Amino acid sequence: MIRLYDDLIIQTVCRIMIPFIQLFALYVITHGHYSPGGGFQGGCILGASFILMVIAYDIKWMKKRFSEYTNIFMIAFGVFIYAFVGLICIILGAEYLNYGILHKVLPADPVKVRALATLGIEISVGITVMAVMVSIFLNLATFGKHERGEV
Amino acid sequence: MINFDFALNIIVGVIVGIGLFFFFTATVGLLRFPDFYCKLQATGKGDTLGAILTLLGIVIYILKEDFSFSTILVSLKLLFIIFFIFLANPTATHAITKAGLDSGVIPLRKEDLER
Repeated sequence: MIRLYDDLIIQTVCRIMIPFIQLFALYVITHGHYSPGGGFQGGCILGASFILMVIAYDIKWMKKRFSEYTNIFMIAFGVFIYAFVGLICIILGAEYLNYGILHKVLPADPVKVRALATLGIEISVGITVMAVMVSIFLNLATFGKHERGEV
Repeated sequence: MINFDFALNIIVGVIVGIGLFFFFTATVGLLRFPDFYCKLQATGKGDTLGAILTLLGIVIYILKEDFSFSTILVSLKLLFIIFFIFLANPTATHAITKAGLDSGVIPLRKEDLER
C-alpha cells in the first residue's frame, strides 16, 4: 500500500514547469500544420499538465482551477465546435468538413479559409482530448470517488 | 595558427564524447548495480549529465555551421530542453526514490554484501 504525501521538492518543480508545459501544448496545437503535432498530441500534453497537478499536489488543488463541471462542459464543447464547423459547410452547400466553402461567410480567400478552419478543428479536438484525459485519469485513479485516499 | 573551425570541431567532439561516456556508464550501472537505490543513483546522475553535454555539443555544432536567425532559434529550443531536463530528471529520480522507500523497498546493507 502506497501512502500519498506532500513533497516540497516535487511541488516546487511542478509549479515551475506546469505553465511551460501548457504553453508548449498550445504551441503544438497551433503549429500543427507545419511541424509534427496537432490537436490530439497538444491535447494530450495539456491533459498531462493537469494530471501532473493531481500527482504533485492534490485533487482538491486541481479542482479549484479546473472543476468537474468545466471538465464535463469542455468534453461536449470541443465536439460541438467540430460538428458546428462541419455542419456550416453542409448548410453552405459543400460536403461535411469541406472548409473551402467557408469563404462565403468569412472575409478571406478559400486557401486562407481552409487553413483557418483546420486550426479551428484542431483546437476543438485539443479541448476534447484534454478534458477526456483528465476525466479518465480522475475516475481511474480514485475509483470514481474523486477524493484523496489510499491507493 | 590553428584553424578556428577545426578547433571548434574538436571541442564539439570532446563534449559529445564525454556525454556519450556518461550515458554508457549510466547503462552499465543500471545493469550491474545490485540494488534499487544504487541503480536509480546511476541512471539519475548519468542520464542528466549525458543528455546535457550531448545537447550542448549539438548547440555548438549548429551555431558553428551557420550563424543565422533560424539556427539561433533551434539552439534556443535546445537550450530550453537542457534547462527542463536539468530540472525534471533529478526531481523524477527523487520521486521514484521516495515512493520506493515509502512502499517498503529495503536498501542494501553491509551484511547483504558480505553474504
